[in-house]
Amino acid sequence: MLAHLPILQVIVPLMAAPACLILRRPQLVWMFTLLASALAFIISILLLQQVMQTGTISYELGGWSPPWGIEYRIDKLNAFIALIISGVSTVVLLAAQTSIEKEIPQDKHTLFYILYLLSLTGMLGIVTTGDAFNVFVFLEISSLSAYSLIALGRDRRALWASFQYLIMGTIGATFILIGIGLMYQMTGTLNMADLATRLPEVAETRTVTTAYVFFIVGVCLKLALFPLHLWLPNAYAHAPSIVTAFFAATSTKVAAYLLIRFTFSIFGVSFSFTTLPMETLFLGLGLLGIFVASTVAIYQDNIKHVFAYSSVAQIGYMIVGFSMSTNAGLSAMLLHVFNHALMKGALFLALGAVLYRVGSTQLRDFQGLGRQMPLTMAAIVLAGLSLIGVPLTVGFVSKWYLVVAAIEKGWWPVAGLVLLASLLAVVYVWRIVETAYFKAPVVGKELVQEAPMTFLIPVWILVSANVYFGIDTRISVDIATAAAQSLFGVVP
Amino acid sequence: MGIAVAINQIKDMFAVVMLAGIYGLVSASFFVTLDAVDVAFTEASVGAGISTLLMLTTVAITGRTEHEASHKPMLALFVVMVTGGLLIYGTFDMPYFGSVDAPVQNHVGPRYILDSMQEIGVPNMVTSVLASYRGFDTFGEVTVIFTAGIGVLALLSVVRRPEDDTAIEAINDSMHEKHLILRVVIKTLIPFILLYAFYVQFHGDFGPGGGFQAGVIFAAGIILYAMLFGLSVARRVIKQPLVQLLSAIGVLIYGSVGVVSMLNGGSFLDYGVLSADPIAGQHLGILLIELGVGVTVASVMIIIFFSFAGRSEYQQAKKGKSL
Amino acid sequence: MSMILGLYNYWIVIVLMMIGFYIIIAHGHLIKKIVGLNIFQTSVFIFYISLGKVEGGTAPIWQEGILLYSNPLPHVLILTAIVVGIATTALGLALTIRLKEAYGTIDEDEIQAMDNQAMDNQDKESKPC
Repeated sequence: MLAHLPILQVIVPLMAAPACLILRRPQLVWMFTLLASALAFIISILLLQQVMQTGTISYELGGWSPPWGIEYRIDKLNAFIALIISGVSTVVLLAAQTSIEKEIPQDKHTLFYILYLLSLTGMLGIVTTGDAFNVFVFLEISSLSAYSLIALGRDRRALWASFQYLIMGTIGATFILIGIGLMYQMTGTLNMADLATRLPEVAETRTVTTAYVFFIVGVCLKLALFPLHLWLPNAYAHAPSIVTAFFAATSTKVAAYLLIRFTFSIFGVSFSFTTLPMETLFLGLGLLGIFVASTVAIYQDNIKHVFAYSSVAQIGYMIVGFSMSTNAGLSAMLLHVFNHALMKGALFLALGAVLYRVGSTQLRDFQGLGRQMPLTMAAIVLAGLSLIGVPLTVGFVSKWYLVVAAIEKGWWPVAGLVLLASLLAVVYVWRIVETAYFKAPVVGKELVQEAPMTFLIPVWILVSANVYFGIDTRISVDIATAAAQSLFGVVP
Repeated sequence: MGIAVAINQIKDMFAVVMLAGIYGLVSASFFVTLDAVDVAFTEASVGAGISTLLMLTTVAITGRTEHEASHKPMLALFVVMVTGGLLIYGTFDMPYFGSVDAPVQNHVGPRYILDSMQEIGVPNMVTSVLASYRGFDTFGEVTVIFTAGIGVLALLSVVRRPEDDTAIEAINDSMHEKHLILRVVIKTLIPFILLYAFYVQFHGDFGPGGGFQAGVIFAAGIILYAMLFGLSVARRVIKQPLVQLLSAIGVLIYGSVGVVSMLNGGSFLDYGVLSADPIAGQHLGILLIELGVGVTVASVMIIIFFSFAGRSEYQQAKKGKSL
Repeated sequence: MSMILGLYNYWIVIVLMMIGFYIIIAHGHLIKKIVGLNIFQTSVFIFYISLGKVEGGTAPIWQEGILLYSNPLPHVLILTAIVVGIATTALGLALTIRLKEAYGTIDEDEIQAMDNQAMDNQDKESKPC
């Protein structure tokens, strides 16, 4: 079975999804989903171990060798991302049944879990495949399930957010399809490793440049890179809490993976950064994203909106690391991918707990919550500190590596700006802390209890991970640097 | 192209939908001229058929007119110009249309054309690539369809209560008595449609066809029945839980073929190990997965239609109650 | 001149794509947007298929005696893409129906206005008297 791990990574959640429809009782479906996700997580750990020891794994689907058949190609980069996705998915699912009880009508629970598994499948499929068109197919699986999951949110704004995301997302996917088509036209192949060998010959042509542009624009739409981020805030704010917790930690990371993979492994560093002004462009957009989004976050009244905009800002940080096109910059970016998943996963899950007890995530409803829900609020505070970048948290580690990478490249102003932006994060986190701990609860309002264990356990798992990996950084840094290095070398 | 421009200008949504259907048909014929017969078949049934049907149902629920003229036309025009310009810029280095020495024709393509008969034994090269060489993509595709079915269910399904059914039935019965000739004619036609679907399903190896097209045609037959005899009657004949189960089973059949391949020592979806003779294995594998595809596609199309129509009934019933 | 002859097919497809794209962005009516999306996607399909066409070839179904076939690979890709397209359309239309129920309208500007109105109302509540 070990040889089949690459495909099992995707097949397990994929076949679990329709199987849910066969099971009858919702409680059973939740357990089953949790099991499937946990299995996927275990597989991803095994795969990562294998890759770290023996190098890139290749799996031929259907027994046909690439480029005639579809190939699954696992290297350090995508094994790392798969680990993050399946890990967050499993932890978040622990709280799922409790959370959706209040947020989604009973008759839709089974459908919710099926869509969740399909979304997980889609994301894992994008990350593990070595075939460009296969990426598109699984991208659509993940997108379609995402649109449906978001639309399950409680109020009607979820429907509108979902529709906007559908339109923007499909345009993005179609751009990606155009990009793939142009790449295919100039090289005659769809296999990613094969493309990497054949593209350099035709790299000078205008068609290939157009291919790259369309592909990247499509990916950036999914990535929510400023200014293509417009769908994200509403989608994250109005979707069911579990959905947001899952997506905030994973969906944009998958787009980031595609960006890295196609820029570094397929088109190549020299093409992407020399022929086109990608360095300046990404740096500019990244910085703009950080500052604009952080500022907007300060003025939001719905805390989910605050952290949604914060996510757009964090993506900005990642892109700044990306734009450096150095080993250090890329390691910083990957590290932030990992850390952001932990931070936002914890935050949105905790917000889900608040929503469960209080019924709303408006700032004014947080008054006095520090006393009523001490553990939940403490989790929010810690995750918030991580977001700001306080030492001993993962947030600090990412920012540190990013600043160091910037200094190494001689980009002193950028390093300064990164530190400056942290101050903005302080503002929007402080607003919540102040309201929760220093304001008395509104007179006449019912006092609420602490969140149930099904929430507290996963939230604190994630928060502890925030602190643990903030202190012992060996694992995350090692993997991130190793992955970055492999991208700069020859095609893996 | 004229159709596209017309769609842009016209405000009557019914006309727009009809034009969209015609656009689909025109595209399908265009595909035929480009030698893409399988694609033409699929585009005709899906793009011109199902798509138009769903849009019509939606327009019936949401209203016929578009409220106001396009907004922000300048910005839209600018974006479109830039995008279009970029694409045209990209065409300048492309190999010419139809040329024999384009990279596309000389790298991966030739093996499919030259060797598929020996390696797989199926004349329709599109089927060989779709079902075998790139069978995993098709698995993903079935999953996409399944996802859409579940998504539509999640969005539109209503919990049915017996009282609702009887009220709606009464309305339907009175409406349908008027269309006696239609009912008789369609009743005789439906078995042929279903039969044709089976033909397409199994003949896909030799001519254009296969699981998708077959599934769509089969669903079309059922939908025709439902449209004419009323949703509640159709629901009694074609039970919803069964159809939902079938959609899941189709995907699972496909996956199981892959799993069996793994258990037999090959990689996922390697049909060669399904039987002693690799070619027979290929045939068996293709047959089974196409079946899985057909089952899921047909069930999902039925689910989607019933969900749309069911929601429309639900809205009418609500309006009826509030009066 | 031969360049124009060799490329004009692609240009026509690009124009079609852009018309579709324009309809999506410029119109507020949700169903029209979806129709625009369909046109946009279908033109991309036509583009892919035209990549595979070989001058003088026939449909890629093996027949005794025929030697020149058009490339089957783009056909396979587009079959998948068509299915993806209908899946997206179905979901989009389902959302449109729900939006009509929830907002009473399916015009983008009106829905956005209603949402902005709701946000303003919420803000007013939170300000102390």
